[in-house]
Amino acid sequence: MDFFLNDKFGQMLLVIIAFAALIAVLLAIAWAADKWVGKGRRWAALAVFGGPALLLLVVGLIYPAIRTFYMSFYDAGTNNAVGLQNYIFTVTNTGAVIAFRNTFIWVFLVPIASTLIGLIYAILIDRSRLEKLAKSLLFLPVAISFVGAGIIWKFVYEYRGAAQEQIGLLNAFITWLGFEPVRFLQDAPWNTLFLIAVMIWIQAGFAMVILSAAIKAVPTDIIEAARLDGVNSWEMFRNITVPSIRPSLVVVLTTISIATLKIFDITRTMTGARFDTQVLANQMYDYSFVFGDNGVGSAMAVVIFILVIPLVAFNIRQMAKNRSVRG
Amino acid sequence: MSVEAGVPEVAEVATQRPNRRSTATKFRSLVGNRIGSAVAVVIAVLWTIPTFGLFISSFRPEEDIKSSGWWTFLSNPAFTLDNYQEVLFGRASSGSLSDYFINSLVITVPATVIPLVLATMAAYAFSVLDWRGRDWVFVCVFALQIVPLQMALIPLLRIFSSSGLLDTFPYLSVWVAHSIFALPLAVFLLHNFMSDIPKELVEAARVDGAGHVSVFLRIMLPLMAPAIASVAIFQFIWVWNDLLVGLTFTGANNAIQPLTARLAEMAGSRGQDWQLLTAGAFVSMVLPLIVFLSLQRYFVRGLLAGSVKG
Repeated sequence: MDFFLNDKFGQMLLVIIAFAALIAVLLAIAWAADKWVGKGRRWAALAVFGGPALLLLVVGLIYPAIRTFYMSFYDAGTNNAVGLQNYIFTVTNTGAVIAFRNTFIWVFLVPIASTLIGLIYAILIDRSRLEKLAKSLLFLPVAISFVGAGIIWKFVYEYRGAAQEQIGLLNAFITWLGFEPVRFLQDAPWNTLFLIAVMIWIQAGFAMVILSAAIKAVPTDIIEAARLDGVNSWEMFRNITVPSIRPSLVVVLTTISIATLKIFDITRTMTGARFDTQVLANQMYDYSFVFGDNGVGSAMAVVIFILVIPLVAFNIRQMAKNRSVRG
Repeated sequence: MSVEAGVPEVAEVATQRPNRRSTATKFRSLVGNRIGSAVAVVIAVLWTIPTFGLFISSFRPEEDIKSSGWWTFLSNPAFTLDNYQEVLFGRASSGSLSDYFINSLVITVPATVIPLVLATMAAYAFSVLDWRGRDWVFVCVFALQIVPLQMALIPLLRIFSSSGLLDTFPYLSVWVAHSIFALPLAVFLLHNFMSDIPKELVEAARVDGAGHVSVFLRIMLPLMAPAIASVAIFQFIWVWNDLLVGLTFTGANNAIQPLTARLAEMAGSRGQDWQLLTAGAFVSMVLPLIVFLSLQRYFVRGLLAGSVKG
């Protein structure tokens, strides 16, 4: 018993065994319920299959979302109501302008650039002999954590004074060309763009994998027909490829937008949000977990959620559209 | 490394079948021409070099890393395993990376298994079982996918710290948090896949007297295996690479924090110790890279079947 309680792997095994036992019991209940006749049996099946997930979602996402909304109207320790004060602070504090500006630049540039690069690359390597290798190279960053990526790129951006030998690849290249070395991460406002490049580097592979698959799913007879009609490459791309992969493009763009809106790891590891590189998600983290102000932190979380709503609405409309097409 | 050599298939077709329609030739030439290949090579090189540089550096002696660029290694190789030795087993004040590696593993395995089983069952409830309001609830679950985790963190954290369970099972909050946060996307992807399985299969089995449990275990699970595997691989990589949940739900407890949290701390406090950071970054990448490289064919196939309808 000691092993299960005091050893890390023991605890891991214990939780998996307990979970397996729970699932076995649930399935046994559903199995027994199947033998009944009448209305109860449908509800039993529904409760066993859908119940656990829905319960967790209510406890873990819906309740906390409501609670955060509530807390955003209270002071740091959630003791006294302060009205809209936290929201006012969120949009007027000294760093607010920069955090909002940067967040908008991030959410504008990252999805568009990643999707574009992923799409172009997917088209260029489509049906080539080294396609698998080429895909792996672009996808590699997806398997690397934001923290790892941050370190990789800090090394690329590393700055040394003009007199020293550069160890960062970019500055070595720039000085080799005869220019002064650049402080990539310190000099605002350009440093935000260099952080954004890291996110694009990570997300392009994700976009490429999904879009490449979508391109392969375009029926060949449509392409052949278009080719016989003598359309040129641009028309083919615009009138055949893009409309055919539209649902995938929407999925990729929204997924990356949402991931970008929530990004905080890159700024944390690379600049610590200094030098005017602050973004909303990182500011929210700072207020809630570093400064211990739950009120302001919650208000910032709500603001992030409000910014996401248009993306949700857009996605749901697309889903409804797809469903009606599918019939 | 020439992706250029990778396009001949199309280029050959273009030369073998000379085509008088200039526009059609133009299309082929866009794919097969040198500019296209060059662009592909440039992108591939740009995407690979940063990681490659860090990888080379992690094997260079400390003085070399700090005094010259990693590319000088190619002309003047000096190789050492000291960096790895130090980050993995060295006596750092808050433990060596090997401890954190184990923490990450202990966090990631249950946080992959639990949500996947629950999501597969929920997907069954949404795609096979027929009940009122099904579509509405499904849309709600999909929408939850986009609740920022930041919003759920503080209240959820409070539930756990007031329960007292964490004293005995310190990992519990991380496991549960990861499982909850993974559910919306996993249910969404698996549901898409399951709805593509022909209804007739299920109906035939039902007519033969099979209950939902046997339909789920005998028909759905085998057919869903590729999709489940692909979602599992993604979930594994996401949990392994996560920083936010690992940082907040482990509190300040160094003994249970994941690798990423320790690495982020190292990058912050010892930002100039490149020999430790380069090796540390690679220690953290090893497992997701192995998972990805060994299973990529499998998972791309599985994911496509479900999520992307071209």
